Amino acid sequence: MLSNVLSWIIFLPIIGAVLVLLVPRHEKQTTIIRWISAIATGLQVVLAGFIFMKFDRNTATMQMVEQAKWIPSYNIEYFIGIDGLSVSMVLLTALLSFICIFASFGIEKAVKGYFALFLLLDTGMMGVFCALDFFLFYVFWEVMLLPMYFLIGVWGGPRREYAAIKFFLYTLFGSVLMLIALLVFYFNVKDPVTGGHTFNMLHMMDQTLHQGMLSQFNIRLLVFAALYIGFAIKIPAFPFHTWLPDAHVEAPTAISVILAGVLLKMGTYGLLRISYPILPDAMMYKPFAYGFVIIAVINIVYGALCAMAQKDLKKMVAYSSIGHMGVVMLGMSGLTPLGMNGAVLQMFNHGTVTAMLFLLVGVIYDRAHHRDVEGFGGLAQRMPIYTGIVTVAFFANLGLPGLSSFISEAFSFLGAFSSTAFNLKIYTIIATLGIVLVAGYMLWTLQRMFLGNLNPKYADLPEINGRELFTLVPLAIIVIFLGVYPAPVLNLLEVTMNNLIVVMKEAPAMWGMQ
Amino acid sequence: MDSTAVARSLKDNISSLGYFVPEFILIGLMLVLMIVDMMIKREKTPWLGMIALGGSIIALVAVFAQASLPPMGLFNNMMAVDPFSWFFKTLFLGSMVMVVFLSMSSLELAGRNVGEYFILLTATTIGMFWMASATNLLTIFISIETVSITSFALASYLKTVKRSSEAGLKYTIYGAFSSGLMLYGLSLLYGLTGSLNIIEISKILSASQPHPLTLFISVLLILAGFGYKIASVPFHFWAPDVYEGAPTPVTAFLSVGPKAAGFAMLIRFFNTALATTEDGAIWYTVADVNWPQLLAVVSAATMTLGNLIAIKQNNIKRLLAYSSIAHAGYALMGAVLLTCEGVYATMFYLVAYYLMNLGAFLVVIICQDLIKSERIEDYRGLGFRAPAVAVAMTIFLFSLTGLPVTVGFVGKFYLLAALVRGGEQYIWLAIVAVINTVISLFYYARIFKAMYLESTDDLVLTRIPVATSALVLLAILAVPTVLLGAYWAPLFDLTVSSVKFFSEL
Repeated sequence: MLSNVLSWIIFLPIIGAVLVLLVPRHEKQTTIIRWISAIATGLQVVLAGFIFMKFDRNTATMQMVEQAKWIPSYNIEYFIGIDGLSVSMVLLTALLSFICIFASFGIEKAVKGYFALFLLLDTGMMGVFCALDFFLFYVFWEVMLLPMYFLIGVWGGPRREYAAIKFFLYTLFGSVLMLIALLVFYFNVKDPVTGGHTFNMLHMMDQTLHQGMLSQFNIRLLVFAALYIGFAIKIPAFPFHTWLPDAHVEAPTAISVILAGVLLKMGTYGLLRISYPILPDAMMYKPFAYGFVIIAVINIVYGALCAMAQKDLKKMVAYSSIGHMGVVMLGMSGLTPLGMNGAVLQMFNHGTVTAMLFLLVGVIYDRAHHRDVEGFGGLAQRMPIYTGIVTVAFFANLGLPGLSSFISEAFSFLGAFSSTAFNLKIYTIIATLGIVLVAGYMLWTLQRMFLGNLNPKYADLPEINGRELFTLVPLAIIVIFLGVYPAPVLNLLEVTMNNLIVVMKEAPAMWGMQ
Repeated sequence: MDSTAVARSLKDNISSLGYFVPEFILIGLMLVLMIVDMMIKREKTPWLGMIALGGSIIALVAVFAQASLPPMGLFNNMMAVDPFSWFFKTLFLGSMVMVVFLSMSSLELAGRNVGEYFILLTATTIGMFWMASATNLLTIFISIETVSITSFALASYLKTVKRSSEAGLKYTIYGAFSSGLMLYGLSLLYGLTGSLNIIEISKILSASQPHPLTLFISVLLILAGFGYKIASVPFHFWAPDVYEGAPTPVTAFLSVGPKAAGFAMLIRFFNTALATTEDGAIWYTVADVNWPQLLAVVSAATMTLGNLIAIKQNNIKRLLAYSSIAHAGYALMGAVLLTCEGVYATMFYLVAYYLMNLGAFLVVIICQDLIKSERIEDYRGLGFRAPAVAVAMTIFLFSLTGLPVTVGFVGKFYLLAALVRGGEQYIWLAIVAVINTVISLFYYARIFKAMYLESTDDLVLTRIPVATSALVLLAILAVPTVLLGAYWAPLFDLTVSSVKFFSEL
């Protein structure tokens, strides 16, 4: 079992989903379904722990690789493996999926469908982070769409139909463009063994195997742009972000957590896994590189301004995600070790922090049945434990030193500022404005909701319960621990990211730039 | 013709009969149906369906027996037996078998005299066989007319229902019109080359320099006939009305069988008469007519128009009619390329389309029984009232959209792959196709949105019992739709090996 641990971690949820579907109608059906899902994702966490222990931190090559023929006559392979970049995302996915199963225990409507779809989604996410065959990657990428559509659409809030189809159309638009890019790669990268075509991402990363259309710089730029749109929609980068507030607000709590915690990371993951190493010259192309940074800065500042304007707590958290993903993009853009490591660390940290925020929003919404920031007041008196956890999450979100986000954001900003490849100083300075804004709206929200006089309407609001604490406390521990000692995650990705930078800086010379 | 030539031709005709067994079985089936129909009582009509089913399965076995035949000409090269026609014959019989099943469970046909119906269905299948094998301008025209005329009768089979009669009449008028255009085009081609055999035509066209404008007009007019059969723009106007008005099993049949036959004929005609190949991998156009460009424009226009108009439909049969127009546009992309990849992509897509489109129509038939409606808004809450049907429908719709893990995705993937393989020239068509995919999601989503998402507060969500036979049929179509989406290597290899035309006289 442990020799193909990645296959297990990808397909365990599917086994769980099948079992869930087989549970017969019974008075305890709901309970059984919940626990099957919890066990499936729990085993995933155990496997993730195993991967964490066994992962070799001193190499940038792919590990735990599994390779098998899938469609031999078209050279499509079942090819999976992880490096430092993917391992952090695999850990994050396993953790958040497990937590979200517990956050979903409140679901009453069509329980069987909900958990089966959730587990299918889990498989899709794991698959995306492990796939090394571009075709396989694409299949996993698309497999996530169906469950996500239904999870938002059936179990979501009042405007769920609109939010679900908007999410679906946006992401499908992005992924069909990726499909064309994928085909261009397939036909224009030579398989070093057979001389035929290949979907193998590692071959695609080898610039010497590029031929045909891929030897024309203009086409490389176009392919990069097509891929970028696909990934930018997922990140979501301005101006492709408008699906996000709708989807996040309408989705049930656990799904918002998955959306913000894992799905958004796929955008930046895709850039780092595919766009950067396969088309480094296009990324280094000045108009693209600076355009990328400008979008990152817009994300940070505009996301923060939008968040500040929101009355709906969940919408505010959603917009704050846009800002924080901007930080990831900023960190990536400078091509410095500090920035790259900071960006990936920020992907991980944003996953945990934003998961906490959405879970906390869910807690208060389940009690008060609204999320209007102005409608509360003085909750700290009534719910001290809840307020304590909220404070940790809010401070982590605004990047308080000692909590995880501070380190990754600082790395990202410093990395971009000290970039030698491009001059990003002025952009970084503008982007830091975003930090101030985030601190502003987070503190303002904290004050409006929890301080002051208790709103008499909520005088008997029950305190956070054990199940909710169980979902939040592990995340809070991680946030605090990584804030003090980020090495466990940084060690995982350092070698891989530094290697990526070397590869990228070599490439433009190969393509006759600069 | 001297006596030895006559003798040789006679011998050729007689020896050709041995390769005509599947057709003979179908003709025999027609006769049996005719006699049994007269003999048995009205209430015993299910037997007719069983006979039709049995006959088509025997014919399928006979077709399988021809699997390994090399390409050759029959009846003095009037027709061909080759892997290409074999592939399509299997597909036609597959759709006939499924449509017989659908007809047996359809309420619209219940209580009517179905004897003639099955006879017409069989006759159409024979016509489609000929369409896939015709290699002579005369047989091309005769086979296309055989299919058309029997389809007219099938579409208007519900004589007492106004919209069915209307469908039949519209189909006939459009059919007659496009046949006329096509016949004119064929006669021009004959005038240019002096031959009726498409292989000879190709040789003569590449040897002589025909007047490009005349040839272009001829190709354009012939395209009218093919375009009508596959329902491509601008010869698609009949499709929505006919698809809505005809009995639903007939609609399902028309949208799959004759459409595939149209593609078979189109590909054979263009790749044999107007193009030549050395190695069977890439074809080159003969003469100076850029008909691939013409097909590319038709393809882009067909998918875009079909998808855009489908958005506004409220009747599910009409929606599927426009969607089937759009799918003709997708499938046509493969024919544009003049490569082996393009041809097998189209063929693969037609198999995928057969599964998913028949599946969608099967759900429509089941729902006519369950909820007595064809309006999309009446599908509300179906996901909770008849979960199995709704899940199957969702699978078919996802496949029609082209999302993994379904066979529809694989089909679309190969079409796009063929376009990208063709180089920069047709990337624009690939981009049009993927944008159309996004558009199509919008209207397919309306159906599963109705089934699952829309508020059902005003409905009583009681389970509706679904007949076991219907569930089995759904499984027969839905399971391969998913399985072939996960592992399609055998079907793919079969399709690739079927791109062999009869091309040497």
